Amino acid sequence: MRRAALHIGLTAAALVTAWPFLWMVSTAFKGPLEAASPSLGLWPGAWHWGNVAETFRAAPFGRYLFNSFVVSGAVCLLVTFTSLCAGYAFARLRFPGRNWLFAATLCCMMVPFEAVFIPNFVLVSKFGWYDTHAALIVPWCANAFSLFLMRQAFLSLPGEYYDAARVDGCGHFRFLFLVGLPLVRPSVVTVALFAFLGSYNALLWPLLVTADDSMRVAQVGLTFFVTDAGIRVNLLMCASAIVILPTVVLYFVAQRQFVESALGAGIKA
Amino acid sequence: MTAPGRRGRRMPSDGPVAVVLLAPALILLSVFVVYPMFSSVHMSLYGGRRAAGAFVGLGNYAGLARDPEFWRALAVTGYYVAGTVPLMLGLSLLIALALRRAGRARGFFRTVFFLPYVTSVVAAAMVWRALFNPQSGPVSLLVRSLAGASPNWLLEPRGVLHLVTGGWAPPDAGPSLALCCVMLFDIWHGCGFMVVVFLAGLCAIPPELEDAARLDGAGPVRGFFAVTLPMLSPTVFFLFTVGCVRAFQAFNSFYALTQSDGNGGLDTRNMVLFIYTQFYSYGYWGRAAAAATLLTLVIMGFTLLQWRYLGRKVFYQ
Repeated sequence: MRRAALHIGLTAAALVTAWPFLWMVSTAFKGPLEAASPSLGLWPGAWHWGNVAETFRAAPFGRYLFNSFVVSGAVCLLVTFTSLCAGYAFARLRFPGRNWLFAATLCCMMVPFEAVFIPNFVLVSKFGWYDTHAALIVPWCANAFSLFLMRQAFLSLPGEYYDAARVDGCGHFRFLFLVGLPLVRPSVVTVALFAFLGSYNALLWPLLVTADDSMRVAQVGLTFFVTDAGIRVNLLMCASAIVILPTVVLYFVAQRQFVESALGAGIKA
Repeated sequence: MTAPGRRGRRMPSDGPVAVVLLAPALILLSVFVVYPMFSSVHMSLYGGRRAAGAFVGLGNYAGLARDPEFWRALAVTGYYVAGTVPLMLGLSLLIALALRRAGRARGFFRTVFFLPYVTSVVAAAMVWRALFNPQSGPVSLLVRSLAGASPNWLLEPRGVLHLVTGGWAPPDAGPSLALCCVMLFDIWHGCGFMVVVFLAGLCAIPPELEDAARLDGAGPVRGFFAVTLPMLSPTVFFLFTVGCVRAFQAFNSFYALTQSDGNGGLDTRNMVLFIYTQFYSYGYWGRAAAAATLLTLVIMGFTLLQWRYLGRKVFYQ
């Protein structure tokens, strides 16, 4: 009896959660007249598959997505690389000032975006990067939190790995990339996923440093499209679905890592 | 890679390797985090437009204190934090408690609840704009059919108190209806994260404790307040601080739901949007930096509070 009530309650909550997405997908394929009239229904009278092509014609979403993928892909790779190297150094190398440097890095974790974005805008403009991919990528290629996660991962590896490698004459670089990297793969995936999502979903920074339509990322393109699309709700929903699709696909492919990265993300902020 | 390094003899053997491995991350962090952090405070001491201003000391801070728009933005952020964080905590804890007992369906439900959290705020906001459209939105249709009339939702700058009391309360008292819609959106979008964290926290509670309480005759409510909630209190505190920090930083939902087409009012302009407008639209760099510094102090306060009491160990077993 209570079990049934529990499942009914959960199902209702799940429906409320998922309904906006279902409505988005169905409206994305409605005709212009049907989309303009209010309806709670989730099944279009007729499926207008041509809406997708029309959305890409109405605004350069191909270009927006290309920019987003270039930027997020680069940020993802570079954040992973810098955190992997520095995390390993902090966990396994001995050098003067290590603890002091690591404490300073931890303090960087505390600095919110709002504290740095104004000077970073000035800096990026001075470098001549305004309205380029570099402005979107370079400032976010190192991340104290990811570094911290990678350090934890290397610290938790049993010391025998390191001893065995040293006995076999394996240097630090070979050990890091050939032995260490596969061993800390779960943390690498978490860091990479976190970096990709953060970059793909970012809005404020791309709004600030890009101006030309050809440099807009998907999120910025969408905020402009809402004005351009006007009352063409079906195209707006189609565009939203297109922007959401990559992350949702990624989510269903790597669901466990997503949840873990959310738990990991908890330590940030 | 095998360069001996000038000071190699005096350093332990790892020194040169450490320099190579640390350089990329530390150089980037110094240039794009450490330097800007100080630069932002420094900029806040200069007046005028863009970078051309004169030194004004704390003049920008005094200017903010006299600016009604700043106080309005502070109030909007205050309403938003107070309106979203407690509701999200309560709702997600309820869902997590139900999920724990959901048996085999748990995985499926968790997937659904977490879904909004992985989707972009901007795209999801576009859907909500369409849902809450006063003419063609299905939510308006639903409310119209139930209550006879439907408000303007995201386009309504008047306060909810004013609308609910039939005009007795002044229109600018309390949060506007538009702001409440933004809050509702962010509760919907952010709950999944808290549900997942709560669920992890609940699963870490030893079942013996709750069994013992039941054997001692405690009902489900008593058991929850006497055993589950105290055991969960580090998680609650952690999510409270994280939730507050995120709420103070909210920008995407406000911008995408109300401001992106340029006709959003002051009733939905929170602190980050205030900074953005001062900086980007008006070009008052010093003033924007001053407001950003104040916001940063609040955010860092919450982070320090969390570190002080939890020591970053909640999820590190």
